[in-house]
Amino acid sequence: MNNEGGTSSPDNGAESPFVLQKLQENYADALLAHEEARDGVVVVVGKDDAYALLEYLKTDAALGYTYLVDVTAVDNSRLESELVKFGYARFMVVYQLYSYQGHCRVRVRVPVHERDLRVRSVTSLWRGANWLERETYDMFGIDFEGHPDLRRLLMPDDFDGHPLRKDYPLRGRGERERFNFERQNV
Amino acid sequence: MHAELERATGERMVLNFGPQHPATHGTLRIVLELDGESILKATPHLGYLHTGFEKLGEHLDYNQFIVVTDRMNYLSPLSNNFGYVLAVEQLLGIEVPKRCQYIRILMAELSRLADHLLWLGTAALDLGAFSVFLYSFREREKLYSIFEKTTGARLTTSYTRVGGVLRDLYAGFDEDVRQFITNFPKALRETHTLLTRNRIWMDRTKGVGAILSEDAINYGLTGPCLRSTGIAHDIRKAEPYSSYDEMTFEVPVGSNGDAYDRYLVRMEEMVQSCHIVQQALDNLPAGPVNVEDNKISLPKKSDAYGHIEGLIHHFKIIMDGHGVQPPVGEHYCATESPNGELGFYIVSDGSGTGYRIRIRPPSFLNFQALPHMLEGGMVSDTVAVLGSLNVIAGELDR
Repeated sequence: MNNEGGTSSPDNGAESPFVLQKLQENYADALLAHEEARDGVVVVVGKDDAYALLEYLKTDAALGYTYLVDVTAVDNSRLESELVKFGYARFMVVYQLYSYQGHCRVRVRVPVHERDLRVRSVTSLWRGANWLERETYDMFGIDFEGHPDLRRLLMPDDFDGHPLRKDYPLRGRGERERFNFERQNV
Repeated sequence: MHAELERATGERMVLNFGPQHPATHGTLRIVLELDGESILKATPHLGYLHTGFEKLGEHLDYNQFIVVTDRMNYLSPLSNNFGYVLAVEQLLGIEVPKRCQYIRILMAELSRLADHLLWLGTAALDLGAFSVFLYSFREREKLYSIFEKTTGARLTTSYTRVGGVLRDLYAGFDEDVRQFITNFPKALRETHTLLTRNRIWMDRTKGVGAILSEDAINYGLTGPCLRSTGIAHDIRKAEPYSSYDEMTFEVPVGSNGDAYDRYLVRMEEMVQSCHIVQQALDNLPAGPVNVEDNKISLPKKSDAYGHIEGLIHHFKIIMDGHGVQPPVGEHYCATESPNGELGFYIVSDGSGTGYRIRIRPPSFLNFQALPHMLEGGMVSDTVAVLGSLNVIAGELDR
């Protein structure tokens, strides 16, 4: 795996990757944690700063993280080690980015508390984020503010609950028994 | 463009395409708003094949989940198996023996051939070229015989294991595959003569469903759909995994990003896959196919049945809480599947079951760009564009 950040010079292998240097210069206060993982740089950022940081990663000419690989979330409610790190925030919204310039990856993680599930949508930056955010809303109930069409994507419209939350049982809550075949809409 | 069309008549017709349309190849549905034969708006509806794979991943142990990956892109299950176990192995921090890496490359490239062949046959069939379907399925059948002999199954291969593969290649594998790749270029040429300069095929695909490279990146397109727009990005080259850096091959690109270019890119990719298969066969190293770590690999069947130590070893690994247990952490691993970037994002809590397994399917993001490609075009192009994207519903909905 190529962990060299952005357009950094090849001889600074021991130093922190270029993208991390740039982020520390410009978003030092916003970064809650950072790490150089095997699969790229991982940063944790508060949800108020997330949009600006993602926009910066995408638009900065030297970085060029123009490709949004994935948006998803993790329900950390059964993972104590993660909960204690970020003030018992239940969810972690995860953005995977890729730069075609440096062939490197960045993962941006945003802790989200259950009491306020709003996160600013990145659909204005990437059109590809549309379905990814809809799926994350569908599965976890994260409320992406400013999303043009935040509806369920995979589950039926009248479905109750968010299946990938840890408190949702594997076998469901009786949806099969009361599935309504007569439903008219959609 | 859309506004103009709307003004022209002010009358709209809503056409429901799918979920059981012959050209959808799976259950997906597109609601088309038409003005005459022009498409004003296309709205895809997903979820008909949603099976909760990611939820299942939180309840099955790491090796059990391999079976689920078969059912994602069911046209190239070997690629899915490969991508998934690679992610788990990277999370574990282990590397499989060279022979295993080569075997995986062989199987992944052969399944890329099989996937592209099926795509070719069905995409042509949807546009009325029935003979191409017969040609490509004849070749695909040979590949499936090889898969069957290697893995024991044609469709649900489940060939890889965390730390290796199910079993080594069978005795006549080398001969069978060499015979296939010797004859395959001829079959591909036959298809070229049927389609590439065919007036009808060109009229139906050239300039149809075109997308610019900036839009393709913005939508997150990957694989042949991205490369057809002129971006030479291939994960096998950009982030070589599993000995792909030892293979010499070209990354074919298109220039117009239309259905015709996607066709040409896939055709050339098949040639390149043959080159990779040839090299992997020529340089196939000897040695074991599983990592020599008793906490990861199962013992040989003869040991499990013949010695008490082997039996205990087998039992220990299969028992919950004794088998594959990656350390607490998270990892994202992407591989170049036939349709594009297939990523697995795995969060481990240190137990034998994944805490969260996120699948980043290529079809999902490729399909999202469909309205962009369709709107403003003709209704008959829907089938051509949908065919050219090669959307696999199992992977789309998971």
